[in-house]
Amino acid sequence: MARAIINVPAQAKRGEIIEIKTLAAHPMETGFRRTQLGELIPRDIIRRFVCTYNGAEVFRVDLHPAMAANPLIAFTTVATESGTIAFQWAGDNGYAVTETASIRVE
Amino acid sequence: MTTRREFLLLGCGAASIAAAGKAGAQIDPNQQALRKAAMQEALRRVIGDAPVRRGRVKLELPPLIDNGNSVPLSVAVESPMTPSDHVKAIHVFTEKNPLPDVVSAHLGPRAGRARLSIRVRLADTQTVLAIAQLSDGSFWSDSAEVVVTLSACLEEGLI
Amino acid sequence: MGRETRSMQDDDATNPGMLWVLDGEALWNRKAGAADRACAACHGDARTSMKGVAARHPAFDAAARRPVNLEQRINLCRSERQKAPPLAFESRELLALTAYVARQSRGLPINIAIDARSKPFLDAGSEAFHRRQGQLNLACSQCHDDNWGKRLAGSVIPQAHPTGYPLYRLEWQGLGSLERRLRNCLIGIRAEPYEFGTPEFVNLELYLMWRANGMKIEAPAVRP
Repeated sequence: MARAIINVPAQAKRGEIIEIKTLAAHPMETGFRRTQLGELIPRDIIRRFVCTYNGAEVFRVDLHPAMAANPLIAFTTVATESGTIAFQWAGDNGYAVTETASIRVE
Repeated sequence: MTTRREFLLLGCGAASIAAAGKAGAQIDPNQQALRKAAMQEALRRVIGDAPVRRGRVKLELPPLIDNGNSVPLSVAVESPMTPSDHVKAIHVFTEKNPLPDVVSAHLGPRAGRARLSIRVRLADTQTVLAIAQLSDGSFWSDSAEVVVTLSACLEEGLI
Repeated sequence: MGRETRSMQDDDATNPGMLWVLDGEALWNRKAGAADRACAACHGDARTSMKGVAARHPAFDAAARRPVNLEQRINLCRSERQKAPPLAFESRELLALTAYVARQSRGLPINIAIDARSKPFLDAGSEAFHRRQGQLNLACSQCHDDNWGKRLAGSVIPQAHPTGYPLYRLEWQGLGSLERRLRNCLIGIRAEPYEFGTPEFVNLELYLMWRANGMKIEAPAVRP
């Protein structure tokens, strides 16, 4: 099943600032909602998002329950060299998703 | 120099834990007071006692929101994003959500631009606060007032 | 809906409905049932074979002798061709497949063709749309024909054209079908909500889609 959608340009000029958009499939259960019987639904959210560029961290986000379901995280990074841009999401109940994209930088 | 207390809505520095109450369209005044205090506490954890100045940060939110469940939010900070002068972190807080923290982004010169776009949950009409932490140790902020309306025919947990 | 909701919809990179569309694509290519065939085995590339399909559903099915909606059509294929059990209404799999198929009609005008066979069902749907129901004794037409554009409790009353289904509703924080939305409406006017897939429901869907003839499909849309 699709865990995440990532949008990274396939190529860029060296030094160009590129836009990255990521969308993760996750209910981001806040821990404040109740069932029809009044029981609290336990919190279950993505806690951390990390973007690495050829292994070096370039962007990191700590998420809280106030992030909407199916969280969108859009940011920029400088196209420094060709290689792999990797995205990792980690959260409650062992949630761990990794996606990668290749980029050609000339 | 403007301290963070001067632009925060609540003057008292009462330290308290965020009350895990149910977010509703009409949050009672006691709950509101507790949550505002919780936001101050969250700010103190992130910023300490450093002064926060208004400016350089642009927080964008639609003024009138279709649904508080998924509100597009953008934060942009003016910065050359060089190794010697860049934004290290962007933090977003709310004053009326059950928990004050929304998101903390950690970045650096490799980001190119200090800009973040996300979608957040807002429990009620309120003020949202964005704080930028710069490489020189200074803090800058912006805030936005948002009106949150709910849809007319609400589903009642039945599918 | 606001400008921000619309831009959420228009950009595939930020439209949460695309998560279901991608799931649907995976399911389209996955073998299923005793026949051990994928949708792709008969229908090939959905981008060509499914173009226009969502735009003309609900459509009359000769064997069922009545119109069926897209979800039912998918389930008919599953049980008859793939020899697989039908997918439950509002299940993630059915929503994903429906979203994937509907996506292939994006930009195409709704094109419900009515003939002598389907006319009685269209009339039944129209009658339901114009009939007062529930504790509030309201007919759909009173809001959506007579008072569209005006406000109800802070929201603008739409004309209620189902151009974007299945869609991501911010209220649900997930993707749902037209029937799910109509159940919300019925609960909202304090009427008994129809069960999924029932004839009265599909008749109403048929009427609503026919009423929206010519409007472009926007699936998967985003709505408050």
